[in-house]
Amino acid sequence: MAYNFKQEMNKPERLAGGHRLCAGCGAGIAVRGVLRALKPEDKAVIGSATGCLEVSTCLYPYTAWNDSFIHSAFENAGATISGVETAYYALKKRGKIDETYKFIAFGGDGGTYDIGFQSLSGAMERGHDMVYVCYDNGAYMNTGIQRSSGTPKYADTTTTAVGKCSTGKKQNRKDLTEIIAAHHIPYVAQTTFIGNFKDLHEKAEKAIYTEGSAFLNILAPCPRGWRYNSEDMMEITKLAVETCYWPLYEVIDGEYKLSYRPKVKQPIENFLKPQGRFKHLFKKGNEHLIAEIQEEIDRRWEELLKLCGEEL
Amino acid sequence: MAIRERLSGNEAVSIAIRQINPDVMPAFPITPSTEIPQYISSYIANGSIDTEFVTVESEHSAMSACIGSQAAGARTVTATSSCGLALMWEMLYVAASSRLPLTMCCINRALTGPININNDHSDSMGARDTGWLQIYAENAQEAYDNYIQCVRIAEHPDVQLPAMACQDGFITSHAVENILLLEDEKVKAFVGEYKPEHYLLNAKESVSMGPYDIANYYMEHKYQQKVALDNAKKVIMDVAAEFEAISGRKYGMIEEYRMEDAEYAMVIIGSSAGTAKAAIDEMREAGKKVGLVKVRVYRPFPEEEIVKALANVKGVVVMDKAEGYSSVGGPLGADTKAALYGRCNAVVLNIVYGLGGRDVRVESIKEAYDRLFAAVEAGCVPMGYDYLGLRK
Repeated sequence: MAYNFKQEMNKPERLAGGHRLCAGCGAGIAVRGVLRALKPEDKAVIGSATGCLEVSTCLYPYTAWNDSFIHSAFENAGATISGVETAYYALKKRGKIDETYKFIAFGGDGGTYDIGFQSLSGAMERGHDMVYVCYDNGAYMNTGIQRSSGTPKYADTTTTAVGKCSTGKKQNRKDLTEIIAAHHIPYVAQTTFIGNFKDLHEKAEKAIYTEGSAFLNILAPCPRGWRYNSEDMMEITKLAVETCYWPLYEVIDGEYKLSYRPKVKQPIENFLKPQGRFKHLFKKGNEHLIAEIQEEIDRRWEELLKLCGEEL
Repeated sequence: MAIRERLSGNEAVSIAIRQINPDVMPAFPITPSTEIPQYISSYIANGSIDTEFVTVESEHSAMSACIGSQAAGARTVTATSSCGLALMWEMLYVAASSRLPLTMCCINRALTGPININNDHSDSMGARDTGWLQIYAENAQEAYDNYIQCVRIAEHPDVQLPAMACQDGFITSHAVENILLLEDEKVKAFVGEYKPEHYLLNAKESVSMGPYDIANYYMEHKYQQKVALDNAKKVIMDVAAEFEAISGRKYGMIEEYRMEDAEYAMVIIGSSAGTAKAAIDEMREAGKKVGLVKVRVYRPFPEEEIVKALANVKGVVVMDKAEGYSSVGGPLGADTKAALYGRCNAVVLNIVYGLGGRDVRVESIKEAYDRLFAAVEAGCVPMGYDYLGLRK
């Protein structure tokens, strides 16, 4: 069925309002976007790694989750939900459950790229019928903006502080989406908040309703950590896509497919400029740092175009 | 009629798992518990059970998947040893605080540092404060019997805590002994169906598990776990009585051996209790009034039972198969002394023995008693604690 924005937005919320995420937090938007792709008649069990999302949505004795929800620790959302999914299969086989359930785990980039990497890889390799969603805000935001392996190069974080002797994070970010694609699971996609959320919705729907393991990487900005004005979120995500910092694509049964190609690829400065974490790059004498970032963006973009069979 | 068999401890508990046919078993191989997931895998392959086996990529994920599965409403089991248990550490607390009655076969092995695959109790002793129930076996028969009882105890509505059924690596897990098995139907009837009150896959209600728990509630939740652990004492005895009715084998929090008129007692856990019994028989022949208290249930700690058993002795030697590096003694020594303090005037010695598979023989046990006789004779307890069987 064709995507209908109005209809989707009128669905009952599966993550209730009143949770304690910051205004303009990308995590809540990502979660609601994904959960809207669930058929209303289907039940779900949601898992979360420790992080902003978990501590803000399930604070005893309250919960914002209308579906069953489980948090157990930071590094194991993949393994925990794989246990829930296996229990479902076991109980269904023994005739103890009739309903259809879907299984979705959420983790930030800290809980996904780093500490939860092994648990995620194991769950994906075993092929559990589940979706793992990373809301990538590019640092450990819950503990106060420390770098992760998803943090972009030269970002100012509280563990890659910028100063007289430092220009921020020294390393390029890990390409987790590619790594999960290398698990050869049926569905992998990268998305963010664009326009009327069609891209996110359709990818979430495919991820949830593809049998087997699926992975979604959602760029979910953090106004506190990135230091931009909260109300500019949609502008920031658009720039991430238009500069090819965050390409939108999917890998279906091993086949790469580009979801969107900017008509004119914008220079990376446009994405960096509105963010306080890159402020130091715009000081006189640091032009070469931006040029270096641009070079890496171009290299990765070309690689992706080749994988997708697109013209360079 | 019971079934006579010759089995290793690992195979015995694997058969118990086969008879229970749990819903889910996530496990990761580690010596000496590896045989258990291997047996389960073969039972599944030959169709004798239909448990879902999750071939996780680590013990941390094994315990995480156990938590997810049990929380979802499925009866879930696992097995591990040593570093595997250590890697689960963080999640052991979560399983207990989430009140998930999953069960684990813990095949005791020394913790690495340096790496060693042989038996001592450093792994499960390190997990003694996680909120899990811990029941230790002396031999394969007890390993089998304890595991079956653990499922009932853990799942009891007054308890709802995870349980660890421990046995000594290699000594019990790999040595083949005569054993009496119960019939499959008897075990199935004994454990019954798992019927959780709240679970993730309950279509009638959604439930959130593992919330962020702030200072307003955390302490009450920790207290509730303590109450559950206290409740476990009665449940353990009730389940033991029911088990005796179907098996003829009697179990308690502790086992007393020749304690009726004993003046000198040893407190010990696990397979060395068998060796100690042999030593006691010989020493009794020689006129020594010696006896043994074997701790079967270590968590909850059998404070009352130990105090009662040791009320009239002149001296007690507590044997620890784990070095706690507390500088005052091993964990069993510390707990026993705490229980006896102000309630008993006996001289109490604490000895660390058998680390990393160091042999424990009848002579070793006799030497421990000799040290106790000397301490009682001298009328004082030396500071600190002592090692047995150490090459100096």
